[in-house]
Amino acid sequence: MGFTESFTGPWRLTADRVLAAVFVAVGLLFLVDLFWGLLISGSISFSRLGSLAWDGLMRGLVIGLAGIGLSMTYSILNFANFSHGDYITSGAFAGWATTYLLAGLGRADVGSLLLVGAGGSVLGGALDIGVTTTPVAVVAGIVVAGVATVLLALGLDRVVYEPIRSESGITLLITSIGVAFALRYLIQFVFGSDVRGTTAAGSIPQLQLYFVDGVVRIDAHDVTLLAVTVGLMLGVHVLLQTTKLGKAMRAMSDDEDLARITGIPTERVVRATWIIGGGLTGISGYVFVLWKGTLGFNDGWLLLLLIFAAVILGGIGSIYGAIAGGLIIGVTASVSVLWIPSAFSRAAAFVVMIVILLVRPQGLFSGRSTA
Amino acid sequence: MSTADSARQLWEADATKILVVLAAIYATYLLSGLVLGYSLRGQLNSIASLTFYIGVFATLALALNLHWGYTGLFNIGVVGFMAVGIYVMAFVSKPLYGSGGAAQVGGLGLPIPVGILAGMVAAALLGFVVALPALRLRADYLAIVTIAMSEIVRFTFLSSTFQQFQVPHTLAGDWTRVGFGGGSGLILDFPDPLLALIDVLGLSTVYDGLVGLVGTVVPNNPDPIVHSLVYGLVLLGVVAGYFWLLKRTGESPFGRVLKAIREDEDVARALGKNTGRFKITSFMLGCALMGLVGILWLMGQGAVTPNFFRPRLTFFVWIALIIGGAGSNTGSVAGGAIFAAVLYQGPLYFQNLVTSVFQPGDAPGSFGPAVAPLIANFDPVPFLLYTLDSVRQLQLVVMGVVLIWLMHNRPEGMLGHRKETAAAIPLVGRSEQGERTDADAVGTDPTPAGDASGGERDE
Repeated sequence: MGFTESFTGPWRLTADRVLAAVFVAVGLLFLVDLFWGLLISGSISFSRLGSLAWDGLMRGLVIGLAGIGLSMTYSILNFANFSHGDYITSGAFAGWATTYLLAGLGRADVGSLLLVGAGGSVLGGALDIGVTTTPVAVVAGIVVAGVATVLLALGLDRVVYEPIRSESGITLLITSIGVAFALRYLIQFVFGSDVRGTTAAGSIPQLQLYFVDGVVRIDAHDVTLLAVTVGLMLGVHVLLQTTKLGKAMRAMSDDEDLARITGIPTERVVRATWIIGGGLTGISGYVFVLWKGTLGFNDGWLLLLLIFAAVILGGIGSIYGAIAGGLIIGVTASVSVLWIPSAFSRAAAFVVMIVILLVRPQGLFSGRSTA
Repeated sequence: MSTADSARQLWEADATKILVVLAAIYATYLLSGLVLGYSLRGQLNSIASLTFYIGVFATLALALNLHWGYTGLFNIGVVGFMAVGIYVMAFVSKPLYGSGGAAQVGGLGLPIPVGILAGMVAAALLGFVVALPALRLRADYLAIVTIAMSEIVRFTFLSSTFQQFQVPHTLAGDWTRVGFGGGSGLILDFPDPLLALIDVLGLSTVYDGLVGLVGTVVPNNPDPIVHSLVYGLVLLGVVAGYFWLLKRTGESPFGRVLKAIREDEDVARALGKNTGRFKITSFMLGCALMGLVGILWLMGQGAVTPNFFRPRLTFFVWIALIIGGAGSNTGSVAGGAIFAAVLYQGPLYFQNLVTSVFQPGDAPGSFGPAVAPLIANFDPVPFLLYTLDSVRQLQLVVMGVVLIWLMHNRPEGMLGHRKETAAAIPLVGRSEQGERTDADAVGTDPTPAGDASGGERDE
């Protein structure tokens, strides 16, 4: 962390301000262009912007929910967990195996259902899976996704992370890359490498909201995602604000040694961190798949860098930061296609992260952390 | 230190270790091939590809060692610099569009050495752009910025926006069609670089003689075998060059400052070193070297696609460096060789051997049919076949487990150490010197910068 101080001369301060001013100016330019396009030239329709923003909101909620877990482990265990994305995938596969099993019992053999139709043996569309058509299977899937990821996180912590708890953050980071590799390709070994469709895309009830000059389509899975993610976020907020656990977590992320000598059972706090973080992560993976309708072994890994961007953007350790960062990253990635080719939408999100790191390395919400 | 002295020291300490590792690897490969009755052609091919991968992973590990082992910069965007290297090289050296061939886009049509230089410079410049913010960031933030950068690079080459475009290529203002080919890849339609090099060196007759020689034992089309073997040898030469360069860099005053930065940047700064500039220079040098490896890896492959440069390749290099031991050039080479032989090529070689020797039947297409007979009537054959068929995935699982194991049990790697001689003169008598390896620490250091680099890593 010594790097920052080396450049805090007066000239660096000015340079920082100039840099920030440039970025603000660029941001304003985009806003002006957006309003110009919306109101004057008409090149951007309100409904298109609305659809993109809604899409970004959905994405952002998933990233934010998964980001809470990453942010918590980052601040309490002091390392960037590169296997977090594969926790998402694991949760998604566990949950979807359950959903397939409950929705398709009697219609296909149990093995294919448990393998989420590996090798095209069962198709999600054929099982007519959806939150309105098979609500029990979906709810059970959400629960199993959470529980399975909690168990996985606790198991991996016991075997992998606990023995090297006192090592540096970089050692733990490298270890987590090993965990990510092992998890991801074990999943590929068992469930196959094909991306399967999971929901009956045609039969999801859809709402067409009229929005100024066109429609924004919202379907039942959007609503499910919104309800589940916002509900869980509120739940975590209440949990960490009103219980001793939240206080203990804040104490630990501030100074672990100090927390320990004040009698905080640090190992138990670590376990609680994995339970909360793992559960939220697994569920976010499940609802993400429910929302986008496809499932592949790479899904979580592809999401991971965006989640990192969100967590860093918001400020490591702050769950509000993770949520806000997730929303910013999600909306940026989706709305950026108004200006740049869609191949660069993820790149745009990364650029936003790098800009924030340059201007405000401590993140938007640092110092206001909950846990 | 005189050149002769340094050469002797090199030989005594490092080269022997590397040679022993290499000899053991080759012996194992040849012996297992012989025992299982592999054909001579198969043997030669597997040796050639083994040499190739040892070469690229050893050079990449060496370049990464400059970043992480010497300067403490946590770069997990290695593939980004490799991609920029080969793509810029292709951009510069591909023949002009319309000069025949199947390529959708052309290049600037400049000679290959110019292209290689341009590729390295471009990688170094990208390194400069990344290093500027990096200076102000914590190590783990730098990690995320570099990996994000490598993905941005991949998206850029993948996008249809830069698939093809026009640039002026003469002073008169003639435009030509160039591009990066997008997702479908870029055909590298310049003349074969190895043959061109041999031609320039005037060794064509020697090469032809070699082809004739190999033709006596492998009568059917010996040319590709010789080509890949010779290319592997060239790569090993490049490894030696990297090793020498980085060894000299590490021992130079410049390198001592880098090690001081790694151990404690504040101390280095207190001693009046402009640590920012040292870090940028070191980062750029490493990036240029990575760009060159990218070029050497893909230059002879005929085509390049952006998805070759997925982040997992970066992690391969990291595993190689960690096996060998960060902070040691010898370890980097040995780690690269062991990674290539055991973790990267080993499982595939094993799969090839088993398939060619036992001729097993077709494997089940997915996990379900593979495991069902095992549960139903304890028939493990389909499961074993599926496992053998999935070696490409399982080897990544093995890599992950190896990485975890290493971080638990031997985080410093085989030869890793952060203690090494900082003095520019030998500190021990001639007789003792033979026994010393660079793993030994030297307690008394005459230079202040050396003092900082003499400490053990204690992050």
